[in-house]
Amino acid sequence: MLERIEEIRAEANAAIGAAASSAELEELRVRYLGRKAELTGVLRGIADLAPEERGKVGGAANKARKELEALLEASAERLDASELDARLVADRVDVSLPGAPPRAVGHTHLIARTTRQIEDIMVGLGYSVAEGPEIEHDYYNFTALNHPPGHPARMLQDTFYVRSHPEVLLRTHTSPMQIRAMETQPPPIFIVIPGKVYRRDSDATHSPMFHQMEGLAIAEGLTLADLQGTLLAMVRGIFGGEREVRLRPHFFPFTEPSVEVDVSCFQCEGTGTLADGERCNLCKGQGWIEILGAGMVDPNVLGFVADSGYDPERVQGFAFGLGIERVAMLRHGVPDLRRFFDNDVRMLEQFS
Amino acid sequence: MKVPYSWLREYCDPGVAPEELAERLVMTGTEVERVTIAGPPSAESFVVGKVLSAEQHPDADRLRVCAVDVGDGERTIVCGAPNVAAGQTVAVALPGARMPGGEKLRKAMLRGVASEGMILAADELEVGDDHDGILVLDEGLSAGAPLSEVLPLAEPVLEIEVTPNRVDCFGVHGVAREVHAISAAPLAADPWAQDAAAEGQGEVSDYASVTVEVPDLCPRFTARVFTEVEIGPSPIWLRARLAAAGQRPINNVVDITNYVMLLTAQPLHAFDLDKVPGGALTVRVAAEGEKMTTLDDVERTLDAETVLVCDGNGPSGIAGIMGGQVSEVSAETTRVLLEVANWNGTNILRTSRQLGLRSEASSRFEKQLHPVLCWRAQAIASRLMLEICGAKLVPGTIDVVGEIPEPRRIRLRAARVKGLLGMTVAQADQVSYLERLGFGVEVDGEDLEVEVPPDRHYDVTREVDLIEEVARVHGIDEHLPTTLPAVARTVGGGLTREQRLCRRAEDGLRDLGFDQAVGWSFTDPGEPGRLRIPDDDPRADPVLMSNPLSEDQSAMRTMVLGSLLDIASRNVARGVDRLALFEAGSVYLRGAPPADGPLAGAFRGKISAPATEPLRFAALALGPLAARSWRGDAEAVDFFALKGDLEALARQLGAEFAFAPAAEPFLHPGRAAAVSVGGEAAGWIGELHPLVCRAWDLDAAVAFEVDAAPLLAAASAGEETYEDVTTFPAAYQDLAVVLPTEVAATTVREAILAGGGELLRSADVFDLFEGAQLGEGRKSLALSLEFRAPDRTLTDAEVTGLRDAIKATLEKIGGTLRE
Repeated sequence: MLERIEEIRAEANAAIGAAASSAELEELRVRYLGRKAELTGVLRGIADLAPEERGKVGGAANKARKELEALLEASAERLDASELDARLVADRVDVSLPGAPPRAVGHTHLIARTTRQIEDIMVGLGYSVAEGPEIEHDYYNFTALNHPPGHPARMLQDTFYVRSHPEVLLRTHTSPMQIRAMETQPPPIFIVIPGKVYRRDSDATHSPMFHQMEGLAIAEGLTLADLQGTLLAMVRGIFGGEREVRLRPHFFPFTEPSVEVDVSCFQCEGTGTLADGERCNLCKGQGWIEILGAGMVDPNVLGFVADSGYDPERVQGFAFGLGIERVAMLRHGVPDLRRFFDNDVRMLEQFS
Repeated sequence: MKVPYSWLREYCDPGVAPEELAERLVMTGTEVERVTIAGPPSAESFVVGKVLSAEQHPDADRLRVCAVDVGDGERTIVCGAPNVAAGQTVAVALPGARMPGGEKLRKAMLRGVASEGMILAADELEVGDDHDGILVLDEGLSAGAPLSEVLPLAEPVLEIEVTPNRVDCFGVHGVAREVHAISAAPLAADPWAQDAAAEGQGEVSDYASVTVEVPDLCPRFTARVFTEVEIGPSPIWLRARLAAAGQRPINNVVDITNYVMLLTAQPLHAFDLDKVPGGALTVRVAAEGEKMTTLDDVERTLDAETVLVCDGNGPSGIAGIMGGQVSEVSAETTRVLLEVANWNGTNILRTSRQLGLRSEASSRFEKQLHPVLCWRAQAIASRLMLEICGAKLVPGTIDVVGEIPEPRRIRLRAARVKGLLGMTVAQADQVSYLERLGFGVEVDGEDLEVEVPPDRHYDVTREVDLIEEVARVHGIDEHLPTTLPAVARTVGGGLTREQRLCRRAEDGLRDLGFDQAVGWSFTDPGEPGRLRIPDDDPRADPVLMSNPLSEDQSAMRTMVLGSLLDIASRNVARGVDRLALFEAGSVYLRGAPPADGPLAGAFRGKISAPATEPLRFAALALGPLAARSWRGDAEAVDFFALKGDLEALARQLGAEFAFAPAAEPFLHPGRAAAVSVGGEAAGWIGELHPLVCRAWDLDAAVAFEVDAAPLLAAASAGEETYEDVTTFPAAYQDLAVVLPTEVAATTVREAILAGGGELLRSADVFDLFEGAQLGEGRKSLALSLEFRAPDRTLTDAEVTGLRDAIKATLEKIGGTLRE
């Protein structure tokens, strides 16, 4: 009997080892370990054996069964893995087909992006951000900014007025918020004011609506030199760390002294000439690009907010204003101001 | 302001090329837009010629064949001018000369006769627009002399953009003073220093009288009378100068008035005295509606603030702006009354704007000239009248004048100079800069006592104005240090919470796949109609502009939707078939803004804004939201697709929108919802009404528009508090409830949340089923529920109890649980 068990074990062992598929393996399992299998019969008939043989035969049969079970299991794992491989190899796609399209990726408008960039630079310099009304009183837009009624400086900005309200207009600059801010908060004050402004003008370089960023800094002892440093920091933040600024005296009614500010050209590195010897088209060979207007806040302006703690003999400071579109046009080569408001998605989607 | 370089150098010669001077002017505050060349680009090959003979061309009636001595011999020149004659001294361009515009002159055959040059007319040299005949020069010139010795050729002209404060630089002399200040090159004696000899008959009062009824508006009126005036063309140098300065030569008297204005910035006006009845002039304001015809041949209707210069027959000119035709100087004029007046700048500016009429004179007067300038202009003009027109000056000057402002005296403190600029300017430098600019300066210790010259009286009024003068002449670019204000670092800036949340909302919409648009704030007043908004709706009552660029841009938008529709329509017209746009922008509503709220602003000022400008988040989508694919196309965006995005926007901010069925005239009535947040109305969402889509040439679109203020007020992003979700596990259950179809999902969810109480943490709809087995008019909603207690693990019994409570609340709204 013991020999027979050994024969079965050896035969099954060889068969299982040679099995080539899960189906064959299952067949072998039924044949050697199933209900009708010889080994199962041996185990079932142990009770009928002589008592002295029961232990030996039972032990051998159980050992054989366990060995075969383990062998079956190992073989099954081996066969599963190779069959899976075969299935996967057969399950082939054309990986060169395009992927499933996701929801389209959205884009931030270039004006919003540029505005944020400048805000972030100025926040880093200790400034807060203030926004204000676009429909404004003449008082804030002109009078309190040292443009008295009948003053020729008002002619510099062609203004939209609101029907039946001759004293109400669309702000021509973000500067009215200088006054509102100073009326609200005593010095020191360091703010930038982004927003829409309006002038009655329309061509490739003028849009009746455009965006400005105003800066205002008032405290004790601020100087024109501080303005130069602040503008240098801002301009380098926008156009790169190699840039320089150049202040040219100018006239604005609400600053004195007033300056126009140029940034050294970032296309020709301020040389006016490109690598190929051509005249730089961005700065028109000048090496400098006009970028904003600025100046020391005129004492007359502070006089309008003297009640709020702005004594021109005690505090002073500077203001500046730059065109967001102008910065974006320079940085990204947009040729026409009006393109910003077309909102052609073919343009919107160029700026990630 | 065009400044011919040779004219400028007559008063101050900086000794540098015009381009270099321009650069220096630009860096000291005088904007030179460009340097151009008047006349031919080079003086080479332009000579003086003597016409020896002028014979009829054998084959052309209108041409003459001239023999011309050009110094180095005789040349044959064919000339078409009717006035060419033997004996004339003329301007000749020889072959090789470059004509204005750059064209090179060559020998030419003219109807069979070789012409070796060209006898020039005024316009060919750009010294006037006269082309009727050749330019006849002074006989005393010798043949072959370079023409540039006679008149400026290749004249560099500085084109200066004068800022409104610097009315002095509207005169060549003012620019020369500026050049003197910045270059320290010597300044010639004042051209008005010497007056003309008065050798006419009698006294000025024998000829003319002036009455000023409005001294406030006419601070000074001076008049001189000239007799024996010979009207004719001006000498060539004067015509050349005017032409280079952009002024058309007319006749000698008018040219003198223009020349003196261009030199001194003080406008003048010449009357034909014989056309002024009795020589009597009156300065008065117009009667409301009074009419007159100005020199430009336009009849103008005047108002009661318009100042007129009148004679016995009525208005003869609009003061300071433009003369009239009645007393214009003409070829027959022999006696001239020369007016040099001073006007109220504000009034001139007002009238000029009112009439839409600007002139060289008004653009100077409107910036307020000083009354002292009248005498300067009279002196220079008188000398020229004698010299050029052979006139006699009648003794005396009519001078109707009120109080002439005292010269301003201003103290300039050294400490303020340094304190404002952040750089030190040596006292000696301050003194010389100011003196060169024409200021009187006395040193007083470290400080200066400064007297302002009349040219700068209205411009330099305070210490800070002097500091600017010192700084700009000193050289800001060259000397100013670069520093940062230390105090800014202690103030501590940053974005407000609302500003950060707005950025987050914008980024959220972008990340959901929307392209950001920036729409026009303007729209056309017909937009509310196209949106089917009834007339009594406030959104149909926009803020309107009184002077729009066009009707299409005459109203301020009351909704962002119109802007998005415009943008969508343009993109669709270009062939786009799917679009997702958003805008974070303001709308403009009548009435003052609310006193507070998150967008009332940190800096409100003392006077409330005239209108309310709420910030909105708005979006519009059409077509499928994903691109076409070989795996099958995505479905076109519908109400629920966009609603999902709007809900996601709220979640980005830690808020939750509530939706309720609502009607908007521009939305599909069955697919529209009112949106609220934190119990506040916020806006709407819906599929657009087909008629609205049609008005914008769209097939279909879905949109929402919500106010930022209530959303930001309800937002919890950034303010969250930690909640323990790990210690005690949650229990999850699904339930299905059968209800009448018309019961809204929101109602069901609210009923469930009410029934579940605090321990029910969420209830989300995940299935909707309608079918015959439920019966007509009934639906089944399935929701997943999460129960959790913060302090214990919930027992089965507790959850069963909660489920029973939910069952009870559902029954109140007609729902039964499917077990």
